[in-house]
Amino acid sequence: MYVAVKGGERAIDNAHDWLAEERRGDASVPELDVAQIREQLSLAVNRVMAEGSLYDPDLAALAIKQARGDLIEAIFLIRAYRTTLPRIGHSRPVDTGAMACIRRISATFKDAPGGQVLGPTFDYTHRLLDFKLAAEGETPRAATGEGLASEMPRITDFLNREGLIQDEPPCDDTPPDMTRAPMEYPATRALRLQALTRGDEGFVLGMAYSTQRGYGRNHPFVGELRIGTVAVEMDIPELGFAIEIGEITLTECETVNQFMGSKTESPQFTRGYGLVFGQTERKAISMALVDRALRWDELGEDNEGAPAQDEEFVLSHADNIQATGFLEHIKLPHYVDFQSELELIRKVRAEAQEAARQEAAE
Amino acid sequence: MSDYNFAYLDEQTKRMIRRALLKAVAVPGYQVPFASREMPMPYGWGTGGVQVTAACLTPDDTLKVIDQGADDTTNAVSIRKFFEKTAQVATTEQTRAASVIQTRHRIPEEPLTADQILVYQVPIPEPLRFLEPRETETRRMHALEEYGLMHVKLYEDIARHGHIATSYAYPVKVEGRYVMDPSPIPKFDNPKLETAALQLFGAGREQRIYAIPPHTRVVSLDFEDHPFEASKADHPCDLCGARHTYLDEVITDDAGGRMFVCSDTDYCAQRRAEGHRGRLSPQEDAA
Repeated sequence: MYVAVKGGERAIDNAHDWLAEERRGDASVPELDVAQIREQLSLAVNRVMAEGSLYDPDLAALAIKQARGDLIEAIFLIRAYRTTLPRIGHSRPVDTGAMACIRRISATFKDAPGGQVLGPTFDYTHRLLDFKLAAEGETPRAATGEGLASEMPRITDFLNREGLIQDEPPCDDTPPDMTRAPMEYPATRALRLQALTRGDEGFVLGMAYSTQRGYGRNHPFVGELRIGTVAVEMDIPELGFAIEIGEITLTECETVNQFMGSKTESPQFTRGYGLVFGQTERKAISMALVDRALRWDELGEDNEGAPAQDEEFVLSHADNIQATGFLEHIKLPHYVDFQSELELIRKVRAEAQEAARQEAAE
Repeated sequence: MSDYNFAYLDEQTKRMIRRALLKAVAVPGYQVPFASREMPMPYGWGTGGVQVTAACLTPDDTLKVIDQGADDTTNAVSIRKFFEKTAQVATTEQTRAASVIQTRHRIPEEPLTADQILVYQVPIPEPLRFLEPRETETRRMHALEEYGLMHVKLYEDIARHGHIATSYAYPVKVEGRYVMDPSPIPKFDNPKLETAALQLFGAGREQRIYAIPPHTRVVSLDFEDHPFEASKADHPCDLCGARHTYLDEVITDDAGGRMFVCSDTDYCAQRRAEGHRGRLSPQEDAA
């Protein structure tokens, strides 16, 4: 007998209750609080802030807790919350040249004014599981030294002075806001960078990696990678001047790319740029490589047809919230369309079998 | 939910959507770009339809939400609850009683009237997308009314399979101008696209809105020697006996047993209330 998929409402409510129970896990294990996540899973928090396009470590930590550690789900929670916030204005451009760096390295020069500063990096750790962490851990303390150089000039500025690197003309246009206007192609570079900085880390990484393996190769060097805090200033019309409204941590990467010249440009180094919320250097480097690959037209290079050179392809598939939603929607019922496909296949098959039968009879 | 504005979206966003809707109504079948917002449900789960519904709803409206023709499918329940919570509007399962109907994949069997709005959830608004993946190209093709590619595709289907191999999301031409994707409704529903009601289509992820104003000419693409045919399963409904409705096929056992029932649950229930009976109607009901 026909059992309808009734009781959808009750099923949903019960599923939500079960989910909440599973989220908490074994109740005999102490519950994580939001501050613990914010402090001890800070790189996850940073990723959620970057791809959620909302700089708020507490909310990001809450989202991670609520999402049971599923970062894309946490990013989704942040995005959905972000939509409800009024957009009251925009800050002045942040000055990353004046960043208070905790990390600053260049792969193109052995040393440079301001020095090489490793900072808190996994780079030279041996990836051996530290079983001591599984036991009760004490509070590790790092040695402290003299303060970092107060001036950390940009590495690419040195190259620029010699005219060896393509000039980045300053632009005072207010950049578009992709969360307030529909995407249009071709996009401006500002819009491309905006889409990349909130794009999925895995997707942007994969795209960047593909350029290194020859699909739109652009031979990058990390000219400079810097991580640190910058002040955010906003013009307040009532006051007539800008005030500092807070501080955020950013990761900035500028790549220096080999370029043998094109029809329109002389041989020189070119640039790729990445700027991401938080300590998120894998993403910032990836972003810089993809940015550079997407600049083929502007630099007069050939379009090799590589995926990373294809602006519409890259930008329309970089957003993990769009991607995961559409991908997972195929879980929703589709029995109406499937039924119409069934009818069609049955009809076409019946005709094909009838034709084969007649042929055999002849 | 007092923290949120009526129907969730803020008034500025609703105005932006309404402007897009007005443009869509003025240019039937044309896909209007709009600054789709991130909604608290996933993209692909009706965010476009939800935004259009939110922009249309007034406190006096009565809302019906269906998915696959049914009011009780999980996502329909979820969207209906969303508006019950955020807009406190009256909701109904009766097509006749609704002033706004949000739908996924079906048009109700009951003919719609001039004071109703039908809002469709649209996954891929571009009818040319699977022939040409680039938005820059497809927009140019629409602008130049360059629809040859679509006719070649339909022709190739006939040459290969003897039929046009599109059974849902069957492309239509609106008022002799734009080729439009009617969303993944079965082609059985295509003739119902010509109606007295206002039809609005929202694609959230793809940031597009389009519309068919009341009494607009909507023609399913076909050829003179292969005319369009609105097909359905060749059975009556096993619950209400209807022969003119779109049917779902339900597997009832593991020995090939199956039954066919109206996909429009409200329509089927109404017919049964009127005394119509099908092959598998419960005995006590038939008495």
